[in-house]
Amino acid sequence: MSEKQDMIRIEKLNKFFGDLHVLKDIDITVKESDVVVLVGASGSGKSTLLRCLNFLELKNSGTITIEGEQIEPQTHDLNKVRERVGMVFQHFNLFPHKSVLENVIEAPIHVKGINKAQAVKEGKELLDKVGLGDKYDVYPSKLSGGQKQRVAIARSLAMKPDIMLFDEPTSALDPELVGEVLATMKQLAEEGMTMVVVTHEMGFAREVGDWLVYMHEGRIVERGNPGEVFENPKEKRTQEFLKSIL
Amino acid sequence: MCANILRAFTFHKELSSLLAIIDFFKTFFSSSDLFLQGLWLTVQLTAASLIIAFFIGLLFALFKISNIKILDGIADVYIWVVRGTPLIVQIFVLFYGLYEIVELNAFWAGTAGLAFHNGAYIAEIIRGSIQSIDKGQHEAGRSLGMKRGLMMRRIVLPQAFRRAIPSLGNQFIIGLKDSSLVSFIGMQELFGVSNTQGSNNYDFLTYYLIVAIYYLVIVLILTLIVRKVERKLAESD
Ligand SMILES: Nc1ncnc2c1ncn2[C@@H]1O[C@H](COP(=O)(O)OP(=O)(O)OP(=O)(O)O)[C@@H](O)[C@H]1O
Ligand SMILES: [Mg+2]
Repeated sequence: MSEKQDMIRIEKLNKFFGDLHVLKDIDITVKESDVVVLVGASGSGKSTLLRCLNFLELKNSGTITIEGEQIEPQTHDLNKVRERVGMVFQHFNLFPHKSVLENVIEAPIHVKGINKAQAVKEGKELLDKVGLGDKYDVYPSKLSGGQKQRVAIARSLAMKPDIMLFDEPTSALDPELVGEVLATMKQLAEEGMTMVVVTHEMGFAREVGDWLVYMHEGRIVERGNPGEVFENPKEKRTQEFLKSIL
Repeated sequence: MCANILRAFTFHKELSSLLAIIDFFKTFFSSSDLFLQGLWLTVQLTAASLIIAFFIGLLFALFKISNIKILDGIADVYIWVVRGTPLIVQIFVLFYGLYEIVELNAFWAGTAGLAFHNGAYIAEIIRGSIQSIDKGQHEAGRSLGMKRGLMMRRIVLPQAFRRAIPSLGNQFIIGLKDSSLVSFIGMQELFGVSNTQGSNNYDFLTYYLIVAIYYLVIVLILTLIVRKVERKLAESD
């Protein structure tokens, strides 16, 4: 078996908000095509960790290595890095003044400089793929939450990222709409996308996740194969947390 | 008996007020050439000054949100000066002050005064609407690799302008009405015409009532336009 490449390597990552120590000596390696599911109580630092990976927040110490390249805000063009790392948010954050297709082609055209015809062609293919082939010209306000989130996924994918980050992508959805978004994410995982997903959807974690990482008060306290962690969590805190959400 | 006299009296009163109304409209129509000239000047003054004011406002709104201390400070001083002094004083200072330097004619001095004044209010309106845009929009843009300028231009400002339209429309109406003050530097715009006609004909009330009608009508038209634009934009939102 060929050794898979390290897509993300985080070493001794620390992050403070003022005096608040939010991430404490985080170490994680994510290999190519891995799906890492990040769980933990509210305030444990999951979003902050994802945001550090996309450099929406800047670390205080430690290293973040993306595809073999150690990224430092002082020396790297973070916008270039972000082109390779897509992010999907809890509240979708679609551009409300642009149609669905315009949302998807915006960054390829204006960030990557792809010509419009090509961007439109690829954008339509992506929207077809996430099941929104009939919504190109619709504005986001006319979509359901599940449809919005699938547009947001297509919008991120349009930049052809190597890594996708998801921060509670289904938490703002009505229960009956969660499935369609998870199905899209599952499909993406099956195609070999490297993904880091913050979610409380334990079915998804078990079925799609390669790794489960449990965070508590800014530390990773347990990690492993999702099935195994569910069956017999080593840490008492993990047991209690899993009991509380299952 | 008493009632009859009263009836005759009120009839006479009604008749005379009817005649007065007829008289008023005679004057209204006979003076319409002059007033329409004044109206045209008012429209030019308002349009020129508000277009300039819009760009001044946009510039100072960007100064305010630039995180650059000096620019922020400059914008603060500008807004403070405009808010803290009467428009008529600003117009006079620009008229007499600029005359020393560039020999501005009354039209451009008036336009400059109105633009200077409205620019500050428009800056505040635009700044407010930029800051009201959800921070998720910035994050989505950044996560897609957008630079700050691109994000402003393509994502934040288009949304901010839509949100600002009701307030901008309101400010435009205020700007239109305030343009009447440039009559004091000799401009024969709407209000200037009514002043001149009032004093020429020894009948200020009639001409001020006439000018009020002109203002009411153009403000009404402007209001309808703003409402239409709002509705148009709401469709796509
Ligand atoms: N911009 C910020 N400024 C100050 N404190 C922050 C900021 N963002 C997050 N925090 C704090 O950092 C801690 C971790 O927050 P974070 O959002 O990463 O938690 P989370 O695990 O994602 O929680 P949730 O499940 O509620 O989303 C919290 O105590 C939070 O209040
Ligand atoms: Mg969170």
